[in-house]
Amino acid sequence: MIEENLILILALLPFLAAVIASTLSTTAHGAAAWVSGLLLVCGLVILAVLHGPIAAGEVVRGTIRWIPSLGLNLSFRMDGFVWLFVTLVFGIGILVLIYARYYLSKTDPVPRFYAFLMAFTGAMVGMLMSGNIVMLVVFWELTSLLSFLLVGYWHQGQAARDGARMALIVTGAGGLCLLLAMLILGQIAGSYDLDRVLASGEAVRADPLYALVLGLFLLGCFTKSAQMPFHFWLPGAMAAPTPVSAFLHSATMVKAGVFLLIRFSPVLGQTELWFFAVTGTGMLTLLLGSFFALFRHDLKGLLAYSTISHLGLITALAGIGSTGAILAAIFHIVNHAVFKASLFMAAGIIDHETGTRDMRRLSGLMRYMPFTGTLAIVAAAAMAGVPLLNGFLSKEMFFAEAADWHNGTWLDNSLASLATAAGVFAVAYSLRFIATVFFGPPPEDLPRTPHEPAAWMRRPVEALVLACLVVGILPGLTLGPTLNLAARSVLGADLPYRDIAIWHGINQPLVMSFVALAGGIMLYLVFGNRIAAGPEGPPLLHRLRAQRLYERALLVFTWKLPRSLHRILGTEHLQPQLRLVVLLAFSAGFVTLWGVLRLAPNPVGNALNPAFALMWLAGAACAMGAAWLAKYHRFAALVLLGGAGAVTCLTFAWLSAPDLAVTQLLVEIVTTVLLLLGLRWMPKRLEEIAEDKLLPARLRRLRDLVIALVSGTGLAAVAYVMMTRPPVPNSVGDWFLRNAYTEGGGTNVVNVILVDFRAFDTFGEITVLAIVGITVYALLRRFRPAPESVDHQNQRDETETEELAEALLVPSVIMRWMFPALIVMAGYLFFRGHDLPGGGFSAGVTLSIAFLLQYLAHDVRWIEARLTVLPIRWMGVGLLIAGLAGMGSFLFGYPFLTAHAQYVDLPLVGKVPAATAMIFDLGVFALVVGAIVLMLVALAHQALRIARLQERETARPPEKVAAKLAGKMGAR
Amino acid sequence: MEAVLSAAIGILAASGIWLLLRPRSFQVIVGLCLLSYAVNLFIFAMGRLAIGAPPIMPRGGFVNPAAYADPVPQALVLTAIVISFATTALFLVVLIAARGLTGNDHVDGEERAP
Repeated sequence: MIEENLILILALLPFLAAVIASTLSTTAHGAAAWVSGLLLVCGLVILAVLHGPIAAGEVVRGTIRWIPSLGLNLSFRMDGFVWLFVTLVFGIGILVLIYARYYLSKTDPVPRFYAFLMAFTGAMVGMLMSGNIVMLVVFWELTSLLSFLLVGYWHQGQAARDGARMALIVTGAGGLCLLLAMLILGQIAGSYDLDRVLASGEAVRADPLYALVLGLFLLGCFTKSAQMPFHFWLPGAMAAPTPVSAFLHSATMVKAGVFLLIRFSPVLGQTELWFFAVTGTGMLTLLLGSFFALFRHDLKGLLAYSTISHLGLITALAGIGSTGAILAAIFHIVNHAVFKASLFMAAGIIDHETGTRDMRRLSGLMRYMPFTGTLAIVAAAAMAGVPLLNGFLSKEMFFAEAADWHNGTWLDNSLASLATAAGVFAVAYSLRFIATVFFGPPPEDLPRTPHEPAAWMRRPVEALVLACLVVGILPGLTLGPTLNLAARSVLGADLPYRDIAIWHGINQPLVMSFVALAGGIMLYLVFGNRIAAGPEGPPLLHRLRAQRLYERALLVFTWKLPRSLHRILGTEHLQPQLRLVVLLAFSAGFVTLWGVLRLAPNPVGNALNPAFALMWLAGAACAMGAAWLAKYHRFAALVLLGGAGAVTCLTFAWLSAPDLAVTQLLVEIVTTVLLLLGLRWMPKRLEEIAEDKLLPARLRRLRDLVIALVSGTGLAAVAYVMMTRPPVPNSVGDWFLRNAYTEGGGTNVVNVILVDFRAFDTFGEITVLAIVGITVYALLRRFRPAPESVDHQNQRDETETEELAEALLVPSVIMRWMFPALIVMAGYLFFRGHDLPGGGFSAGVTLSIAFLLQYLAHDVRWIEARLTVLPIRWMGVGLLIAGLAGMGSFLFGYPFLTAHAQYVDLPLVGKVPAATAMIFDLGVFALVVGAIVLMLVALAHQALRIARLQERETARPPEKVAAKLAGKMGAR
Repeated sequence: MEAVLSAAIGILAASGIWLLLRPRSFQVIVGLCLLSYAVNLFIFAMGRLAIGAPPIMPRGGFVNPAAYADPVPQALVLTAIVISFATTALFLVVLIAARGLTGNDHVDGEERAP
C-alpha cells in the first residue's frame, strides 16, 4: 500500500515542482532552483525506499481510478529497468538544475525555465512508469511538446525557434505513428495494459498486421531517438540552452526511443524483420553519425552527432536482442547519459567563459581552465572508449555482441567490421575535441578572456566524471546488480546473472578496441588539419542534408500547396459559398431519397377546403412578390413578407396548432418592427443598377432561379409524400399525449413538452436567445452609422416632425392606453399556458410588444423619462429563475429540471395549476422580455445617438467644428 | 389540403433560396425569413395534418392518441420559431454594422468587380 502511494507521489513530484516554479517571480533564480532540486531529491529518496521491493524482483504498481466505467485508469508500474531509468533521470536532473542555476543569465525569465524543465521531467518519468500503452503515448507526446518549449526557450533567436519547431514536428509526427502502433497492438493483445501486451508477444508476431505495427512503432522510436534519416532535428535542437541539451539530449528525451525499443523487444523482436530494420538502422546511424561528428566545427554540433551515433549503437544492440545485447544496451544508456551530460556541460562552460563554441577559434584552453579541461578530457576519453572508463566497458560489450554469431545473415557477419570502423571515427572525433580545444597555442581574438567557471557550475561535471571513473574501474560492485535486475525485468525472471568485469583476457573485442584506438589516432593525425580547414560537414555530403529536404517539404506542404489549393477551391465571396451550401443540401437529400421516395399505396389525407387554397394563393403571391421586390422596393417586400407570415400563422391555427399560431403571430409582429427599424440604415436605391441588365447578370439570375425552382420542387415532393403516408402508430408523440396530464400536470401537451419533458432543451434555447440579445447590444454599441444616413436625418426639418406628430396623435394615445391592456393580456397568456395555448414565451413577446408600442407612440426621451426597463436585468433574472427552478429538484434528490405538478385551491379564484414547471416558465418569460426589448431599444437608440451627435455639433461654433474635423483628418 | 400545403412549402422555399443567393443583404434577410417559414411548415407537416384536433388533453382518464395532432413536431417548430427570430435579429444587426463599416449593402462588403 505504501509502495503504491509512493509511486503515485513519485509521478506527481516533478509536476508539483513545475507548478510551484511557475508561480514564482521572474527574478527568483535561487528559489526556483531550490524548490525544483529539493523535490527531485525527495524523488530520489522515494526511489531508494522502493529499491528494496524492486531488488526482490517485485513489480510495484500504483493506480488512480480515473473513469472506471470506461475502464480508464491512470496506472503506473515500476520494475528494475524502469527504476534504473527513473533514477538516472532524477539524478542527472538534479545536476542539471545546479548547473543551470549558474549558467542562465540574470535577465532570463528563470522560473519559466525551471517550470518547463520540471514538467518535462514529469512527462519523461510518466512515460517510463506508464502501465498503460495509450497513456504511455500521451506522456511521450508531452515530452515532445515540452521539449519544443525548452529548445525554444530563447525564443528571440531564429535558430531556437526553427530548431524547436523542427524537433516538435519530427518527434510529434513520430508520436502519432506510435499511437497508431499502440492502438493496433492493444487490439491484438486485447488490452492496453502494458503487462498484458508484454505477455502477448507470440500473438503479436503471428498477427497479419505485425509488419504494419512494427513499421509504425519503429517510426515513433526512430524519430525520437534521432535515427537516420530522422536525425537532423537533433543538431537543430542544439540552439537550446546548454542545460537543456545536457538533460534532453543525453539522458532523457532521445533515450525514450531506445527505452521503448528495449522494452518492446520481447514483444516485437526476435524476427528477421526486426533484426534488419532495427540493427540495420542502428548500424547506419552509428557509422554515419560518428563520421559526420568528425567534421563539425561547432562543439555542440560535434556532441550532437556523437549522441546520434551512440543512440545508433544502442539501437543496434536492441535489434540484436540477445541477452548480452540487451544488458549492453541498458549499460550503454546509463554510461552515455553520464559522460555525454558532463561533456555538454563542459561545452556549455567553454561557451559561457569564452563566448564561442567554434573549435577553429578555440585553442589551448588548458592554460586557463585546467580543472574543467581535465574533466572534459576524462569524459571525452570515456566517449572514445578508453579503458578504465565506463564508456570502454559497454563499448567492449557491444564489440563482443558484434563479433558473436547471431543468425548468419550478411548484416550479422559484417557487424564486427562496421562496429570497428565506427569506433575509429569515435576515437578520432573525441581526440579532435580534446586536442583542438585544450591543447595547442593560446587562443586569439576570443570574445571573452577565458577563466575557470564558478565552482558550483563545475560540481555537476565533477560528479558525473567521478561516476565515469568509479563505474569504469569497479563495474561489478557498482552497477552490476542493478543492470542484471534491469535486464531480468525486460527479458524474464529466469535470466542467469552475468558478471560485468574489466578484464576478460585478450579476445576479439579487446583487439577491436585497440584497433579502433590506434586507427582513430592515426586518422586524426593524418587528416586533422584538413578537417579543420574544410566546411562544416562531411566532404561532398555536406551539401546534401536531410534538414534541407525537410525544410523544402515543410514549405511545400504547409504553405505552397495549401495556398494554391485555397486559390483554386476557395472563395472569399458569400454568394458562391451559399450556393455551395444549397447545392450540397440538395444533393444530400437527392442521393438519399432517389428511388426510395414513392407515394404510399393508399395515401391518407384531408379533403381540400377551397378557402385554404385561396389563402395560400395569396400567401404564395406574397412570397414571390417579396422575392421580386426585395432589391428595389424594400418596404413593399417587407409588407409582402408579413403577408406570407400571416398566412403561415393562419395555417398553424387551421391545422390544430394553436400554440404555434399564437407564437408565430407575435414573433411576426416583432420581426417586422425590427426590420422596419433596420430599413432606415439601408442605402438609398432609387435608380436601377445598369449592370443588372447585362447578359452575365441575367445568366447568374437564371442559374440561381433554376437552383431555387429545383430545390423548391424537391422539398414540395418530399413534403407531399410524407404527409400522405399513414401515421406511425405508437410514436413518441403518443407517449407525450398519454402522459402529459398524469406526469406533467398540464393539458396543453406542447407546453408540457417544452417546460417539463424537454425543459433542458428549452433551457438551452433561452440561453441562445440571451446570447443573441447581448451580442446585438454589443454590436450596436460600437456601431457607427453610414454618413449618408446621418445626412438624411439632417434634411428632415422641424415642420415635418411636427406634422408627423400631429398626424400620429390619435394612434399614439390609443397605443398609450393599450399598455395596461397588453400587460393583462401577457399575464393571461402566461397563466393559461400549462393547460391552454399560451405560455411563458408568448407572454414574454406580448409584454415586449407592449413596451415597444410605447416607444413607437412617443419620442424615445419622453418614454425613457417615464418608464425604465432594464433589459439586461430582465434577462439575467430570467436565466437565474429558470436555472434555480431546475436546480430546485436537487433538493429533493431528483435530476436537474425535474418538475412537480399540483393544483392549489385559492380563495375566490378556485383551483389553479401550480406546477414547478411554471416557475421555469416564469424564467423563460422574463428572459424573452429582456432579450427582445434589449434588441429593439438598442436599435431605436441609434437614432437618438445621431440626434445627440448633431446637437453637440450645432452647440459648438462652426469654426471649432471645422478645426476639430481638420485635426481628425490630420490625425489619420 | 396536403397538395396545397406542399405546393406552398415549395413556393416559399424556392422564393427563399432565390433570395438567399442574391447579392444585397436585405434580400438575404428576407430570403432567410421565407426559408424559415417553409422549413417550419415542413417540420410541422411531418406530424400529418389534423383539423380541429389540437393537442389539449382532458383532465385525466383514457386518452386516444389518434384523436389529437402530433405534439412533437409542434414543440420542435415552436423552438424553431424562436431560434429563427434570434438569427434574424442577429443578422439584421450584422447587416447594419456592415453597412456602417463598408458604406454599401453588398453581402461581400464591396461591389462586384466589373
